Amino acid sequence: MADVAALNTAGVAADAVSKDLAGPRGARPRRAISRRNVFLYGTLFVISVYYLLPLYVMIVTSLKGMPEIRLGNVFSPPMEITFEPWVKAWAEACTGLNCDGLSRGFWNSVQITVPSVILSIAIASLNGYALANWRFKGADVFFTILIFGAFIPYQVMLYPMVIILREIGLYGSLSGLVLVHTIFGMPILTLLFRNYFTSLPEELFKAARVDGAGFWGIYFKIMLPMSLPIFVVALIIQITGIWNDFLFGVVYTRPESYPMTVQLNNIVNSVQGVKEYNVNMAATLLTGLVPLIVYFASGKLFVRGIAAGAVKG
Amino acid sequence: MSVSIKELTLSFGDVEVLKRLDLEIERGEFLVLLGSSGCGKSTLLNCIAGLLDITDGQIFINGRNVTWEQPKDRGIGMVFQSYALYPQMTVEGNLSFGLKNARVPKDEIARRIARAAEILHMGPLLKRKPAQLSGGQRQRVAIGRALVRDVDVFLFDEPLSNLDAKLRAELRVEIKRLHQQLENTTMIYVTHDQIEAMTLADRIAIMRAGSIQQLAEPHTIYNRPVNKYVAGFIGSPSINLIDGTIEMNGVPSFVAGRTRIGIERYAFSGNGPKPGGATFGIRPEHIFLGRAAAEEPFTAEVDVEVIEPMGADTLVWSKLDGHELRFRVDGQVPIRTGERVPIGFDPARASIFDAETEMRL
Repeated sequence: MADVAALNTAGVAADAVSKDLAGPRGARPRRAISRRNVFLYGTLFVISVYYLLPLYVMIVTSLKGMPEIRLGNVFSPPMEITFEPWVKAWAEACTGLNCDGLSRGFWNSVQITVPSVILSIAIASLNGYALANWRFKGADVFFTILIFGAFIPYQVMLYPMVIILREIGLYGSLSGLVLVHTIFGMPILTLLFRNYFTSLPEELFKAARVDGAGFWGIYFKIMLPMSLPIFVVALIIQITGIWNDFLFGVVYTRPESYPMTVQLNNIVNSVQGVKEYNVNMAATLLTGLVPLIVYFASGKLFVRGIAAGAVKG
Repeated sequence: MSVSIKELTLSFGDVEVLKRLDLEIERGEFLVLLGSSGCGKSTLLNCIAGLLDITDGQIFINGRNVTWEQPKDRGIGMVFQSYALYPQMTVEGNLSFGLKNARVPKDEIARRIARAAEILHMGPLLKRKPAQLSGGQRQRVAIGRALVRDVDVFLFDEPLSNLDAKLRAELRVEIKRLHQQLENTTMIYVTHDQIEAMTLADRIAIMRAGSIQQLAEPHTIYNRPVNKYVAGFIGSPSINLIDGTIEMNGVPSFVAGRTRIGIERYAFSGNGPKPGGATFGIRPEHIFLGRAAAEEPFTAEVDVEVIEPMGADTLVWSKLDGHELRFRVDGQVPIRTGERVPIGFDPARASIFDAETEMRL
């Protein structure tokens, strides 16, 4: 410190130097509770509560018995946890027609979703690949028409589709519904895949052609291994979309092959004596479980896939 | 002839990208296609590779008409600017992909990969994925992928443009060495970098707007450019171009304002000098300063306006009678802005172009 004192006596210039040294230096200090942080995290908290509260009510209610529900404390946690409503919703709840709960609808939905997802993604990825890399004559026209399909309201096509399915003998069957889902998923999925494949470097495709790979060789050995993120995105879009579908399910199938969503609707809407809120809540949660699991399991890949499709290129 | 292109035309709709292009390339030759972006050089290469369908004309490789053949059947290997390595395969997988597609026996594949790895010094890299390689290593693998195909014609599409300056210089030499090592291998190399073109090429084809402007050895292109475009394109810093007229009273001379340059020793092509508008081109490195200038046939005095020291030499910007004049002097010569210095050059080393046709006179 003696040095500093000596410097100070040396004059005005040295004084200025020591003042500079004492001034701000390094990273700017940040306060944990600033107005900005309070506002930011406060908003996030309020919005989370807003979105999570209904889910909370559903879970809590589904775990209560009917006497407890009649007390009317919607937000209070269950005094006595019971899984009875879940069992009932799954296996015993009655629709107007039968009393075997959601299980029937669940297996129908699985039988609808699995082939629809696989078929639509397989076809759409090939479509996208062909449109992006093998520019055939009329590719642009084809693509435009396909995309136009994405903008036509489903309601317009409902009845013509019924006629078509009836004519080819698939009306009312599960395979008919699979066909419908595959067709209606085509525009948006093709767009998705085409854009992704276009974003991959064109030279990779050229190199593979020089290396003697053909249409299928390039698709399976070069393009597919590079496209995991976009396949995950497509998978999520299709699984949730088809699982949650109600309209097509109710129009194109018969009661014995109704998907889970339609079954749920029928359970909730069939009035026989008391309305069993706990069973309805449990049934709804059960129906939503599949998309929920898909989201949780693939959240990270999903975000990465969307970013990969959007940013690159 | 290794590669011969006859009346090649390519149009996209109404736009003619390549116009009735003829090109003959000898076996074992290193040909560089040089031009600014959009001149059609990469397009031409893609046509040779068979990656683009041509509109008209013919392409022969090793005497075989390959105009309608698939890229894999043309006997070519190609190296791309972005390396285009298959990211999910190891280096070994990248090298063997083409051979597996061609159903080459396993031991033959192993033999060829070993040879390529030895030539390109990438033995230790074989088990790695492209993401684990540096830019230079990736490009080496890409060259290796062309090498294992055991073909006679290599096509390079700006292979060094993605690399930094130091690596580019290293790999440039390596490519040249590779060409010397592989006898009878024809290389066609696309670039916009004139240094690469000058250093690598046996012959350079300078392209502009879908046609070849000049096809000659680097030396000829540099010293005797056929037109003003080629003269301006080759050489860095670029050639000084002075607009003026040729006068013929007694001895032919080039006149621009008050400057009169005697061009009686200039080797005119064709019928010799004609009076009329012309552009006089002299390269910055052909202009001398100080005592050396006094011995040159043409001398003048100019003011130094800006100097750009580059270490080995210094670029001086000045004006000769109102016309921009750049010249290059040794980096050790003391020279200051604002100085008035004597300069001189030999008009016989210049290039003179017709003012209208822009062709060399």
